[in-house]
Parts: sequence; structure tokens; C-alpha cells
Amino acid sequence: MTNTGKADAPVLDIRDVRLELATGSGRSLPVVDGVSLRVGKGEIVGIVGESGCGKSLLSLSVLGLLPPAIRFARGEILKRDGQALNRLGAAGLRRVRGKEIAMIFQDPMSALNPSLTVGRQVAEAIRLHEGCSRREAEARTVALFRKVGLPRPESLLREYPHRLSGGMRQRVMIAMAVSCRPELLIADEPTTALDVTIQAQILALMKKLREEDGTSVLLISHDLGLVSGICDRIMVMYAGKIVEEGPAADVLRRPAHPYTAGLLASIPLPSKKGSKLLPIEGSVPALHERGQGCAFASRCAHAMARCTREAPAFGYAGVSHAAACHLLEEEGEIVHAIR
Amino acid sequence: MPSGETIMELRHVEKSYTRRRWPSAPETLRAVDGVSLSIRSGETLGVVGESGCGKSTIGQIASLLLQPTAGSLAFRGRPVSLDRRSARGPLRRQIQYVFQDPYASLNPRRTIGRLLEEPLAIQRIGSRAERKERVLRMLGRIGLDAAYARRYPHELSGGQRQRIGIARALMLSPDFLVLDEPVSALDVSVQAQILNLLKELQEELSLTYLFISHDLNVVHYMSDRVAVMYLGRIVELADVHDLYAAPLHPYSQALVASIPAEPGAAPKETEIIAGELEDARHLHAGCAFRARCPYAHERCGQPPEWTEVRPGHFAACHLWTADPRGARGG
Repeated sequence: MTNTGKADAPVLDIRDVRLELATGSGRSLPVVDGVSLRVGKGEIVGIVGESGCGKSLLSLSVLGLLPPAIRFARGEILKRDGQALNRLGAAGLRRVRGKEIAMIFQDPMSALNPSLTVGRQVAEAIRLHEGCSRREAEARTVALFRKVGLPRPESLLREYPHRLSGGMRQRVMIAMAVSCRPELLIADEPTTALDVTIQAQILALMKKLREEDGTSVLLISHDLGLVSGICDRIMVMYAGKIVEEGPAADVLRRPAHPYTAGLLASIPLPSKKGSKLLPIEGSVPALHERGQGCAFASRCAHAMARCTREAPAFGYAGVSHAAACHLLEEEGEIVHAIR
Repeated sequence: MPSGETIMELRHVEKSYTRRRWPSAPETLRAVDGVSLSIRSGETLGVVGESGCGKSTIGQIASLLLQPTAGSLAFRGRPVSLDRRSARGPLRRQIQYVFQDPYASLNPRRTIGRLLEEPLAIQRIGSRAERKERVLRMLGRIGLDAAYARRYPHELSGGQRQRIGIARALMLSPDFLVLDEPVSALDVSVQAQILNLLKELQEELSLTYLFISHDLNVVHYMSDRVAVMYLGRIVELADVHDLYAAPLHPYSQALVASIPAEPGAAPKETEIIAGELEDARHLHAGCAFRARCPYAHERCGQPPEWTEVRPGHFAACHLWTADPRGARGG
């Protein structure tokens, strides 16, 4: 079934994706397992999780940017017109990248070519996708620089990346990413390398893009505090799976999964001054240590016998707020598998 | 509780680097520009600021890893002579440093046991058996099994490695610890474990911390007093509650405003400070923050004076030196 042109169709529909790491011994271990998520038009969706949970690999898989060792093993990734990105092939993906779906990364220095001026790099993307003249592309670049809040845009065109600060580089990356008005911007830890005051500026810029152009954003971050300020919906990932999802405010105020609750309790918020923090004990199990049951069971304070035996299904914890945890059933909540 | 007695004092400390690249004129970068700071025994003094503000340089100077270009240091009231290695040696037992990246700071070819024993061996403390005993005791103290003594750094997780980094700094039973971004490389759930450990150790061993971080929540949680740095200078110093509740310097105000709202709370509607940290090579006279400051005024071309605006609450800003009552932004 295709949903071409439907206004309410999600700009990104990830269905039951499984990514595997091929090991030397010929075995393959799942790094992302059974993840489904949708990003609606104009929506800002956050994926939160700690290092190694698979959030970056998942975001890389959307545009076919997976490293060679990772295999797209199962599932589908659909864009708005119903085309499956995972079956598009190199040439097809090149037409999508930057045009319909664009991506920015944590480190803008390594994403920019150090031997080309930033003006040329941004104009190149415009010319490739829109086929306009050099002069027109340059004029549009100046307009973009102004839009993303870069100072003295005309002279900045001729600057090389190393002359710019981290915050300015990330703005150049964003200018490049939105140059062809993509429907979706995937931002993988876009502010992690930046200072706090600059971080606030970049987040404000992403909100502005959503308001002015209706750009949807898939924001990948390890920082719950950051995500909570900007996202409409949040997915919490742990050990390759989504363990909780829902409207940002619900997930953060009434976390239904012990992992989400543990993350929240770990943040040294001002209100916790003087009292002990409640960290999650232990650490994330390694890829080969993940068994049949819930991957969080080894660190979970509420773990029961069944947690190590069977993987929990998703259950509702509220309106469009779901979590994959056996506790939801035990507590007599309304439960159905939502997938 | 802080006893109030000064353990480490920095007086008008400067650190500058000069780059000579012919034929251009030599360029001088002032990483630290006239910082005076007293760290009280038993307290945690937090230092916050953005990258390039000189906070790590301050930490390295305070831990005697780096020699200042000008200014002096005093440890427990005694002047520290910085130029002689022999004079610094004994102070190493009392002053220690914990690095941000626990992986880069541990020799990958040595076992954990050897890494922990090394400071004792260098200082020729105890016999081999005694040293081994102390290593095992320390491992237990930081929550790791004795079996870890035979492991190598790569076998440990980031949190475990940072535990080793802390343990190594504690092997000589120091009084004063400089912690430079000790949890920045760690995930939140592990970060909380380390922060708890640092708090416990401080209480048990009556340690004094100089805690350097860019993370305002972490600094708030850990510190008794906080110093805010901007481009090599301290612009504000106050009790942690005062600083976060009523910051005086416009830069501190911007920093505090940029802390995201508590998760689940309504997003903060705050003004976002424009501009970025300037290049420290092109510093001009007067207040370094003036180019970004919403309250900048002609008089900001003159260096602002360090003023005790309220008891124990210092700021270097003309808003508070001229006429505190008429000043805006408090």
C-alpha cells in the first residue's frame, strides 16, 4: 500500500528494523532489534539512550550510511511517499539525501571539507539538487547563512572551516542540511560538542526551522534534559530496543519503564542538591551477553523471574504512552501489544 | 563541612602562551589572566565556564602540573616554589589530579594493580607487600573486586576506568584533589555512580575538591562555592545557592538561563544570549564579555573591579560597581 501525497502520512516510518553486527566467528549479533518509530510532519521526535544503545546506528540506517560491519537484517524504512529507503540503492539514496532527508552530526569539523570554503560546500549541495546556476546558488547560500544566524554572511562564504568556531560550523552544517528544504532533518547529538550557551542557540534554531518551514526533526541525544525542552515525543532506547515511548511530558513526568525512571533519577538536578543520587547500578550488558529476556533485567531493581526468561511486549502506560516492561502487566494496567 | 581555613591560594595567577611565526608579530594568548582564588579546606569549589575559558589551565596550575607565567601559589599558607622539581615533590602527596578521560590517562600495558601501586612506588612508600595490601584495600573502597588488580584498562568500562583514575589519585592520601571534568565522558547512569563515590570519599577522607566542569547541573550538585570563568578571568564567585538563584554577572545569568528546564517541567522561556566566546588572542582592555553583553556600556571599556556585592558574593561587572541599587538584571 502506498500513501503518496497523503498529508498526514509520516515523513519517516521505521518498521521493525533489525541491524546486525557480523562478528569474526561468523555469528551476527543484533545491535538494533525490532525498532519501529514514526516521525510526523512538523514533529520533533527524540531518541534518547546511553552510548551503545544503537540510537546512532538506527539514525545512520535511514540514509543508508551504515558502516560496512553492520548489516540491515530486517524491517523497512519508508519515507513519506511510501518508498522504502532500505531498498533504494546507492543512486536512489543520493537523490534523497539532502533533498528530502538531511542529516547533521555531532562533530561539524569532521563533516566539513577542510580544503573548500564553506560557501562553496553549501552552494554545491544546492546546485546538485536544484540544478541552478553558480550565482543563484551563492545568493541562496547567503540567504541560508542569514537564516541560521551566521554573522556577516557575504564574507563568510569565502572562509574555510578551520576559521570558524564550533557553533558557527554547526550552523553551516545546518544551513547545508536545510538548503533544499528537506522534510526531515536527522540530528545526531548536534550540540554535544558545543558550549551551553551555543547549545541553546542551536536548539532554538531547530525550533525555528520547524515553525517556519514545517521541517520535522529526528533528534538523537544522550541528554534527557535537552530532549525534554524541544521534543514532542520521546523514544527511550536501551541495548538496541525501544523500551519506552510517548509524549515528552508524559514520559518524563510518569516514566513507565524502570530504565527511564533510573535515567531521570541519575541526573544531578538542582532539586537533588544535598541528597544522594540514585544511579542505575552496573552497566549495559555487552552485545554477546544479551539473552532471551529483558536486556535491562540485570540492572533493574524490580526484576522478577520472568524478566530474564521472556522479553516484555509493549503495554500502554497512558494515552499513546507505551513501555516494554512486565511490570505494566503485573500492576494490572491496560495491556495490549501495540505492535 | 568546610572549616574555612584556606588550603590552596592562587594570587594574581597568569598563564600566557606566545606564538612566534615569522614574519608576523608574535601573538600572545592569555589563557589565564590575573586569577586570584582561595580554596578552603574541606570544601568543593566548582569552576564553570565554556571551552577555552581557562578553567582547565587553572586546575593544572592549582595541582602544580603547569607553571604560571606570573603570580604565586600558597599551599596551607606556605608559598609554593614552582621552579624546583624537588620542592614540588613532597606536595605531590598532598595534591592530586583526576583527568577527564580515564582511558587516555591509564597506561594500557599495565595492570590495574600496577597502575595503582605506581604512585606509592615513586614516593617509596611501604614494602611491596604493604603496597599490594593498600592497592587491594583501595579497590574495595571504590567498589571493585580484588580480581580487578590483574586486569588491564581496556577490560574495564568507562565508569570503572574513572573509578581507577580516582583511586590512583587517592593512593597517596592527598588532602586536595583537582577534578577536571571527571564525569563528562560518562553516561548519566554511570555519572551518578561516580558523583556519589566522590561525595562519599570527600566525607570519609576530608578531601578538598577543585571541581572543574562545563556541566552546570553537575557543578551545582557537587559544589559549595562556584567560580564562573570567562576568557581567562573569574567574573563571579559565590555560594552555590546564591550563584544559581541570583547570578550577578550578565554572563553567569546567561549560563544559568541556558540550563534546560528539569525534565517534564514546562520549557523555560528565556532569552538566549547571542554571540560566542571571543578569540582570546584578540582580547581588548576592559570587560571581556562586553561584545556579547546585553547591558554593555561605554564604561565597560575599562576593566571592571572585583567587588563584594553581597557578603561572600563577588562579581567583576560595572553594573555592580557603579551603583548596585540602580543596576539591572539582578
